[in-house]
Amino acid sequence: MHQTRRGRQSIKASLFITCTIDQFYPQVGEAVVKVLRRLGVDVNFPEAQTCCGQPFFNGGYRQEAKDLARRFLDVFDGNDYVIVPSGSCGSMVRSFYSELFADDADALARAEDLASRTYEFSEFIVNVLEVTDVGASFAGKVTYHDACHLLRELHVEDQPRSLIQAVKGVELVEMEASQACCGFGGLFSVKFPHISTAILDSKLQSIEASGADVVVANDSGCLMQMGGAMSRRNMKAKPMHLAELLAQEGGRA
Amino acid sequence: MSEVKSKEFQSASKAALNDKGLQRLLGRVVHGFADLRDAAVEEVTEPVWEQLRERARSIKQQTLANLDYYLELVDKSVTRNGGHVHFAKDADEANKIVLEIAKRHDVKRVVKSKSMVSEEMGINQVLEANGIEPVETDLGEYIIQLAKETPFHIIAPALHKSREQVSDLFHDWLKSQPTNEIEELCRIARDELRDKFATADMGITGANFIVAETGTVMLVTNEGNGRMTTSAPRVLVTLAGMEKVVPALEDLATFIRLLPRSATGQRISAYTTFLGGPRSATDEDGPEEYHLVLVDNGRMNVLKDPEMREVLQCIRCGACLNTCPVYQKVGGHAYGWVYSGPIGAILTPLLVGMDEGKELPFASSLCGACKDVCPVKIDIPRLLLRLRGRATEGGNGVKGSAPWIQKLMVRRWFSSVKTRQAMNRSAKLGRLLQRPVARGGRIKRIPLPMVSGWTQQRDFPALAPKSFSEVWRDSLDKP
Repeated sequence: MHQTRRGRQSIKASLFITCTIDQFYPQVGEAVVKVLRRLGVDVNFPEAQTCCGQPFFNGGYRQEAKDLARRFLDVFDGNDYVIVPSGSCGSMVRSFYSELFADDADALARAEDLASRTYEFSEFIVNVLEVTDVGASFAGKVTYHDACHLLRELHVEDQPRSLIQAVKGVELVEMEASQACCGFGGLFSVKFPHISTAILDSKLQSIEASGADVVVANDSGCLMQMGGAMSRRNMKAKPMHLAELLAQEGGRA
Repeated sequence: MSEVKSKEFQSASKAALNDKGLQRLLGRVVHGFADLRDAAVEEVTEPVWEQLRERARSIKQQTLANLDYYLELVDKSVTRNGGHVHFAKDADEANKIVLEIAKRHDVKRVVKSKSMVSEEMGINQVLEANGIEPVETDLGEYIIQLAKETPFHIIAPALHKSREQVSDLFHDWLKSQPTNEIEELCRIARDELRDKFATADMGITGANFIVAETGTVMLVTNEGNGRMTTSAPRVLVTLAGMEKVVPALEDLATFIRLLPRSATGQRISAYTTFLGGPRSATDEDGPEEYHLVLVDNGRMNVLKDPEMREVLQCIRCGACLNTCPVYQKVGGHAYGWVYSGPIGAILTPLLVGMDEGKELPFASSLCGACKDVCPVKIDIPRLLLRLRGRATEGGNGVKGSAPWIQKLMVRRWFSSVKTRQAMNRSAKLGRLLQRPVARGGRIKRIPLPMVSGWTQQRDFPALAPKSFSEVWRDSLDKP
């Protein structure tokens, strides 16, 4: 593969696939594996993993969140990179485990170690592998939605865009207010569906106005939210995870 | 204290979304403020802005860490200037202090410039009940006073009123001719207020900042009403939350660059007023008597709460409201008390109590846009998460109060993700149960309590026939 750097073959990474992708969107997980293997990464999937605890944490159920986070630390013990195809789950581990373990020095140290080797999917490819062209091709107009936690907690903004731009045949069009929230917010979308979908309306208008065939995001929460309304309304644009786009080899929208 | 309706957030937010006129105004005005702020920051340049924010946060943190000392210094400085300083434990005590001053001077009419702490106190009702006429002189505050409403926004209290509505209000209350001209509406209000300024016995102001070393109160206004309020009446009272203190005059140089830009995108507000005592022998105008009322109303409890203390850094610019996707849709009144938006969702449960305010920390998608624009770098999402923990599980003197059915569902969910085996078992059961409602990988209606709202306007994804872990084991494990 072009752009392959020396030593790539030795990079080992564990997948933190997220419970949403595990149960609802396994094809995204398959795409992640495909792309990483194409780039020569030795991918491992610790099967014991379940949930990082974020839904409980966000709901105020700190005890449950702590139990799951402790379990997560065990599952991902070691020295491997941890790759997660979701900004929100990634920020739970990188930003909020330290909050959860503020009064537990041992767990805190382990959480900080884990945070230091945890990368979101696009961030890992661009910052660690130093690759932007992953050898994908796809004919279509693509717009990118900035998932909130990916953007504001992990500060990943340019990486997905450069990866999309390098896909052969893709035209990247920026939608208006790409950084505006889609209204998902996990529990928020359940507790306040009327506000959640009102926020979503603005997002869908931006997507539609961009004229894109595909809206890409790196967070299955946003994709669940946007995709759920896009299918209900039979919108022209389709939701797609970045990994699915990067796994394409000549497909059409 | 003013009335709290935050428990009604759910229904109030629905009503706001159904109000077409309100939705039109919200879409235009709120985004407008946010855009102006962004442009102002761009002009200053991002690195300089970041330095200012960092400095502001550090000044506020250091002041809060030694607040007792600085409050004493304020007391000394204002007294030295010839003013009187009062400390009020809560809204009632603050109201009593103001009322006593008013009675002592036989005050019939009070002109007020904008003060959010006075909204906490509900001072206008107290004055009215005692036969004293309070007149709001900030145009937005004046409008909502006529409409008998509460502020819709921290800095733009009448943001939700269209010019037609304002014209109707003026027509009803002031007998003015209906007009759609904003200049004309301003003229009507100005004429009306001019007379009030000239005849008021007492002025009441808020405070944007109080300088401890000099006893100087700084006011940021745009209409000149602040200056009229502080110079015309013979008695002047400043109401301020105890967290408004900064140590030295030079600190204002930082905040004066941050506040107007964050609030309205202005480089500086039209008027920046400094006061802090009665008129001196050489002054041509100004009050004969000056009082500063420092109001606690829950703040000292927040100060003692290390998880929440940073909310006291807030300078009430309103930037977090303007950028908040929730505020942009539901506006200010849905929050049910004085402060709205992300900062209101923190301040209300802390100042009023979790019992009343527990809905609000959940009324956020946690998108974090508020944190990025906050001029004093309050980590708003993190504070909201901490309050959620208290609301659900309890802690810090709060009793957890999640509904039992929610607790039950959460327990069920928790045990289904506790181990991989449990997760696989639950998924298997889920796939069976979803059969009647799943079509083509989508669920159009979830027939379950508490979650059925999800599918009113959105499809929910069906559980995949095979989870990723199963796919991995079957075909991906051995590349």
